[in-house]
Amino acid sequence: MTRKAALTRAHVEERIFGVLRWCVIAFLAVITLLPFYYMLLLSVKPIDALLLDPGSLLISAKDFTLTTYRDVLRSTDAGGQGFLRFLLNSALVSLGTVVLTLLAAVPGAYAVSRLKFFGHRQVSALFLAVYLFPATLLAVPLFVVFAKMGLSSSLVGLAIVYVAQTVPVSIYMLKNYLVTIPASIEEAAALDGCTRLQTVRKVILPLTLPSLMATGLYVFMIAWNEFLFALLFLAAVPGKWTVSLGLAQLSNGIEVPKTVLMAGSVVLTIPVVLLFFAAERLLTEGLTSGADKS
Amino acid sequence: MTASRRANRAGLAFVSPTFIVVLVVVVLPIAWTVLLAFQKAKLVDIQGMGLFGNWSLDNFAQVFDSAGFWSSLTTTLLYTAGATLGSVALGLIAALALRKPFRGRGLLRAAMLLPYVAPVVAVAFVWEVALSPQYGVVNDWGRRLFGWDDPIAFLSTREYEVHLLGMHVDIPLALLTVIAFECWRYFPFAFLFILARLQAVPDGLEEAALVDGATISQRFRHILLPQLMPVIALLCVLRFIMTFNKFDDVYLLTGGGAGTNVAAVRVYDFLTARYDVGAAAAQALVLAAALMILLGFYFKLFGNKVQEES
Repeated sequence: MTRKAALTRAHVEERIFGVLRWCVIAFLAVITLLPFYYMLLLSVKPIDALLLDPGSLLISAKDFTLTTYRDVLRSTDAGGQGFLRFLLNSALVSLGTVVLTLLAAVPGAYAVSRLKFFGHRQVSALFLAVYLFPATLLAVPLFVVFAKMGLSSSLVGLAIVYVAQTVPVSIYMLKNYLVTIPASIEEAAALDGCTRLQTVRKVILPLTLPSLMATGLYVFMIAWNEFLFALLFLAAVPGKWTVSLGLAQLSNGIEVPKTVLMAGSVVLTIPVVLLFFAAERLLTEGLTSGADKS
Repeated sequence: MTASRRANRAGLAFVSPTFIVVLVVVVLPIAWTVLLAFQKAKLVDIQGMGLFGNWSLDNFAQVFDSAGFWSSLTTTLLYTAGATLGSVALGLIAALALRKPFRGRGLLRAAMLLPYVAPVVAVAFVWEVALSPQYGVVNDWGRRLFGWDDPIAFLSTREYEVHLLGMHVDIPLALLTVIAFECWRYFPFAFLFILARLQAVPDGLEEAALVDGATISQRFRHILLPQLMPVIALLCVLRFIMTFNKFDDVYLLTGGGAGTNVAAVRVYDFLTARYDVGAAAAQALVLAAALMILLGFYFKLFGNKVQEES
């Protein structure tokens, strides 16, 4: 009797959760895809069509337009919003940040994961503690120092700030990967007469390539998406705006149609999303490696 | 030279470039914030100012006395707690739903990470347009499907009166909306970590429970949840810290208006509207201290679980 009751309960639960699971999956698909579809949809609509029927989630062939993209990408001299310039600025800052961050993080991650040196526990704790400090706390002094040094409205200054934001997480990601490379490989290289620097360059770095790429991509995404420091440092110099800042500043103006700004959002989003999908597996593994050991 | 001394030297040599970068761009600025917080410093005075001198507690007095400090701290706490719990819970549900393979799982999994990887300015802007009372899709559908009489201004309504079973309740609508945004944007982060952990749960455990006749909910409660607890605890800490200091999401959605004036936005206002560097530094420092105290409590209560994980 009791066995039968247990069986029916298991049966009922299986039914309920079986249905519930598909409801959840559908719900997740809707909330994650719909906003992006909406963004894309509005970007190819004329503003009148949006105002006439705000609820429409489709577009008729006769409404379809790409003038929004022309408006947003054209330089300001030609009557556009100058987003090509902003894209270039963002690309420069982000790539610069990736290079600087990796240069700073690779030796540190190697040392923390491989070498028992005096104070290595404290150093890795310090790198993690830095992660806990709020960006707003850093913003105040950096704002002042850069104002003093005349760096406050330059892309170089911005890249330096981004390095501060990304070094801790880079060390964390690289370290998690480095500890999975067996030490015997290094010992073999040492027996063959490699110095430690040579071992790192010729043996460890090639083996770390997947992790380096994942970390680099992640850093690129952080730098590309960043908004607070760009706003603090560059708001007064439109020629130096990054895409994020450009879009935020333009949305404050009333004379720019929302559909044009949606085209700007699409332009801002596409590079990160493409990069992300090109390397999705690499990135998610790089980010979560270490999460499965408890 | 012994091997351990060689390792010691090499370690210090390798770590020093990283250490110097972190020192220059992170540690020194933070130390300087602490100094600035105790000085009277407007941006225009900074040029001629020394590092030391003119110590006072004026900035802190000003921060604690200023109108809206305590309410902004409360808002920050509500916002942070709501967004942390919401995003971790949604991430857990998503990870459980996507645990078993089905057609299109890979695609959906990738799509679900979109809110997390997309630039904050772009997604905040989409929400703003979608929720707009004039041309937003949400209000239009709300009127068609649910018969809303008036369009709802989600991002600029401080209190929204709801009639429920004959009762009138005021809900802080704008605050709830930014919390919903934050949950939406960061649940993929929790989802990724929980899914990774789920896939490392040994099959044998669940099979044994199945043989013993445990139902789905029992298996979750007694087998999966204990396995997931460490990673959930870690996620809660991480998300709490990050949300507590979050600036851009709220600034972009509401500009800190309509009862969403979180502390990070206030620091920004001190800095840019009044150029009062000292007060901004003091405010940032008070925030950091509040966060440390909260974390201290947390580790006292749940320390073991988190320590296991990290």
